[in-house]
Amino acid sequence: MYTFLLSKIEVGSHLYLNITEGLHLHLETVIVSTLVVFAVSLFLILGTSNLQRVPGGLQNIVEVVFEFVKSIAVTQMGPSYYGQFLPFIATIFLFVLGSNWAGALIPWKLIELPEGELSAPTNDINTTAMLAILASLGYFFAGFKIKGIGYFKRYIKPAAFLLPINIVEDFTKPLSLNFRLFGNVVADELTVAVICSLVPFIVPVPIMMLGLFASSIQALIFATLAANAIGEVIE
Amino acid sequence: MVDSIVSAASVIAAAIAVGFAGLGPGIGQGNAAGQAVEGIARQPEAEGKIRGTLLLSLAFMESLTIYGLVVALSLLFANPFAG
Repeated sequence: MYTFLLSKIEVGSHLYLNITEGLHLHLETVIVSTLVVFAVSLFLILGTSNLQRVPGGLQNIVEVVFEFVKSIAVTQMGPSYYGQFLPFIATIFLFVLGSNWAGALIPWKLIELPEGELSAPTNDINTTAMLAILASLGYFFAGFKIKGIGYFKRYIKPAAFLLPINIVEDFTKPLSLNFRLFGNVVADELTVAVICSLVPFIVPVPIMMLGLFASSIQALIFATLAANAIGEVIE
Repeated sequence: MVDSIVSAASVIAAAIAVGFAGLGPGIGQGNAAGQAVEGIARQPEAEGKIRGTLLLSLAFMESLTIYGLVVALSLLFANPFAG
């Protein structure tokens, strides 16, 4: 109804794959996120096969990424526990970064779909909700693993009357993670689409660069918050 | 008739949501950036650390605006009240 305002971009229209009645797949999200998973895995496998004492080429980049993710994990979780949860944080960080950049860097508009359009997987609220739920399951798991049943002491930590607030926090944390990532990615794409519909020449390029920068910051934030939630639980 | 009133109200509500959601974080981000510039001017060797922290906290503040944007987008594209 309002799509004429935004020229090409369509919010909330998807290419559905109906598996059964009431079970649908958003096909464009599935395609792009699978591509992202393969691309990230390929990058890591190529970068870490044939390790050299003096790094060169791709190994350099992989080492920079590793150091970066490790610094996030160490600052949030402390030097004694970070090792167990580093793979989890690194997976979240690389997937979010890969999907944000996949939406911004690859000209998906060239591929026509019957409905919806190929774009960043994080453009779909289901992907970000999955990531947020994964992050909260991650800190539950970390709490039970490190503290055992004493994990529940956390809920009455500063004082017993804060119990309801602590319980509500378990729900608002994934919700805010979800909306933060989804909103930022959609906002970037909407801004680019609106500018493109006004001036489809050169002018959108700085906005696209800004979007690229903002989406990498969002990946950093998501990973930092997931690590921070774990760190809070196991401290 | 009711439908057109609902859509008109939704558009106005979306505009108000984004407008007010931009107000607070705008003030906050200005404050944070000003303090960061002050910090860099006082201690130029700490620039890298200050910049990192500033970017992180700016993104946190921006997410508040984004909540308003999500509300506005759901009013425009996935309105639960329209027909």
